[in-house]
Amino acid sequence: MKVSSIKVSIDPITRLEGHGKIDIFLDENGNVTNARVQTPELRGFEKFCVGRKAEDMPIITARICGVCPEAHHIASAKALDMAFGAPPPRTAHLIRELLYNAYIFYDHCLHLYYLGGIDVLLGDVEKKDRNVIGLIKKFGLELGAEIIKHRRYAMETIKMVGGREIHPVCAIPGGVSKRIKEEERKEIEEKFSKCISFAERSIALFKEVFDSDRWNELLGLDEIKTYYMGIVDSDNRVNYYDGNIRIVSPSGKEFAKLKPNELIENIDEHIEKWNYVKYPYLKKVGWHGFVDGEKSGVYRVGPLGRINSADGMNTPIANKEFKEFRKNGIVHKTFAYYHARLIEMLNAAERVYYLCQEKDITSDDIRSMPTKTGEGIGIVEAARGVLIHHYDVDEKGLIRKVNLIVATTNNNAAINMSVANTAKKVIKNGEVNDILLNKVESSFRCYDPCMACASHAIGRMPTIINLYRNGELYKRLVRDA
Amino acid sequence: MKIAMYWGASCGGCDVSLLSLHEKILDLLKEVEIVFWPCAMDFKYEDVEKMPDGSIDICFYNGAIRTEENEKIAKLLRKKSKKLVAYGSCAIEGCVIGLANLYSREEILKEVYSKDVPGEDLPEFLPYLKTLEQVVSIDASIPGCPPPTPILEDALNALLQGRQFGKNVALCDECPRKDSKPDKIEIDNIYRWHEKKDSGECFLAQGIICMGPATRGGCKAECITANIPCTGCVGPIPKIKEQGISMISAIASIISNKNEDEVIEKIEDYVGTFYKYSAAKLLPEGRLKDES
Repeated sequence: MKVSSIKVSIDPITRLEGHGKIDIFLDENGNVTNARVQTPELRGFEKFCVGRKAEDMPIITARICGVCPEAHHIASAKALDMAFGAPPPRTAHLIRELLYNAYIFYDHCLHLYYLGGIDVLLGDVEKKDRNVIGLIKKFGLELGAEIIKHRRYAMETIKMVGGREIHPVCAIPGGVSKRIKEEERKEIEEKFSKCISFAERSIALFKEVFDSDRWNELLGLDEIKTYYMGIVDSDNRVNYYDGNIRIVSPSGKEFAKLKPNELIENIDEHIEKWNYVKYPYLKKVGWHGFVDGEKSGVYRVGPLGRINSADGMNTPIANKEFKEFRKNGIVHKTFAYYHARLIEMLNAAERVYYLCQEKDITSDDIRSMPTKTGEGIGIVEAARGVLIHHYDVDEKGLIRKVNLIVATTNNNAAINMSVANTAKKVIKNGEVNDILLNKVESSFRCYDPCMACASHAIGRMPTIINLYRNGELYKRLVRDA
Repeated sequence: MKIAMYWGASCGGCDVSLLSLHEKILDLLKEVEIVFWPCAMDFKYEDVEKMPDGSIDICFYNGAIRTEENEKIAKLLRKKSKKLVAYGSCAIEGCVIGLANLYSREEILKEVYSKDVPGEDLPEFLPYLKTLEQVVSIDASIPGCPPPTPILEDALNALLQGRQFGKNVALCDECPRKDSKPDKIEIDNIYRWHEKKDSGECFLAQGIICMGPATRGGCKAECITANIPCTGCVGPIPKIKEQGISMISAIASIISNKNEDEVIEKIEDYVGTFYKYSAAKLLPEGRLKDES
């Protein structure tokens, strides 16, 4: 069958956070010439936060994303620690880190069982069954109840420590507003000892799929050899709450190790002259188009970015899993994001458990007072990757300037490349159906992209996916909102 | 019963709040069939378009109306639904993203696009952010950013049984610091909450602005339990039209006469303080109509 140029749209992209649409373009033979991802939304946080009281920022910016409010809340508070000259006492850091790891646990749990993980666990099932209800139908109510229960444990911990389940309020400049009482500490410790077992069970459940032909097919959908970036502690182990930023090359060599305030000067953002969409890349390597390899400054963040850029995990059981995962060096296959996410879910559960055993965790020395106003940079690992809040606070304590670099934006170029590669692989000779289109979406979901975060501001939206023919950039079509 | 959940311009927290029903969501699923929920299910716009008009029993719409697409889908879902419920602060009053209405669309776009403002093949970025009710009629609203679980449970049960819901009292009524509130508060200074050591007593009595008197109860004072004053996310008490004015008048009534001007001078960012969640409603309706 000969057909003229056809556009196939997936609208809206589902099982992700925020809005998105994929357009796939076919040639006269029904093969993919290009594809693009649009994020048809923006809200303008960087504009309307100006003039606000600085101490309100952890509350306002949490509203960038209701799935990862803790990431914005804590990054914001860390920026204010610096801006107000109020370094938090050790206990405040421990409490924030505990809250933060509880967040990583529930957020990964959400992606693995409610959102993207469905693509891995259920296989090519019909649209109506590709959701958590379908998952419960296949695996049974007992597993469903376990998923809900352990996610609840994490949310209850966040509420206990942070004040609310969604959009917590406890992080303030110089520390936290609420201490952890002994009976609360004990409760969290008990809950998270169970979360460790649940994370181990989750790894076992997914590993059954990892041994299957289905998994090989998924792994084959996309592989790109990029740089990787993640926050590490002094022993180069993954740390979500604090540390330096380590970048490794596609072959696994350490490329750079940066202090949080050095990151901004090491990243540049590519701008197409016909478009203001920005694509972050490593300045020293340079922008050479949507290509992978040592010579391309494209990098990846998130679970795979962190695990590829670290030498280990900071907890024992997760570290064993890490060693197995990394036994052959760097892992480039995009679906490996799922395996990395499982290791991190286990790590986060263990980390909460160990933080509960820190002697100072229940101390009441939880905040220091502001001494000045000025510039502040706060950095954390959101579930989806490196997140930076950068503020300028005037002498009245009001926000003068805001710059936010969010996790999903860092993956912008890579997401574009993965969706394009997958579309080309699965759509042939004009055969398009719901199952094939879901495979295209599934390569996008590996990154657990958060379009709500990415579209907080104008000019930073991952609005485009450009596609290639014979390795050459073929067409660049879209402009952003 | 068929239900749908959709997001306009939002953060996704409303969708997550449904999951915060935890085990109770399994009970809910026994009673309802979810026919559209982009955050969690794969049904697309084309599936909704194919549904007969009025075939969705209750549609929960969270998020504000910021783009042409938000507006289009709000109208589509209104047509397909018997009951359309504004779910959460963005849909009801615009929430923090309504603060963008302090600027015109042109001012926002100009910040980044010096010329050639793009928008090819994309839904239009509307002149102002609107609430759901400014676009379509609604049948009920569930307040909060996002609706806290106690409010949500009450609202869902009421909607399924077809009865009224929501508290008609101020947050102060359920505040854990209620007993420390003096009969008559008189303050001679205003403090920012990050710069004063909290005594654990009524925030207003400490001279720290707390939106409790002007905010509807129902959330069980979650933030105050974490030692953070209320910022007003549940919105005004039903009988009060404007939360900001209500709070400003409450503050006016507790400032001591001694150094009134000095105290008022210390309040920074009136919009961000008193209208953090309802700035979108602040705009005169005429302005919205003229420019959208």
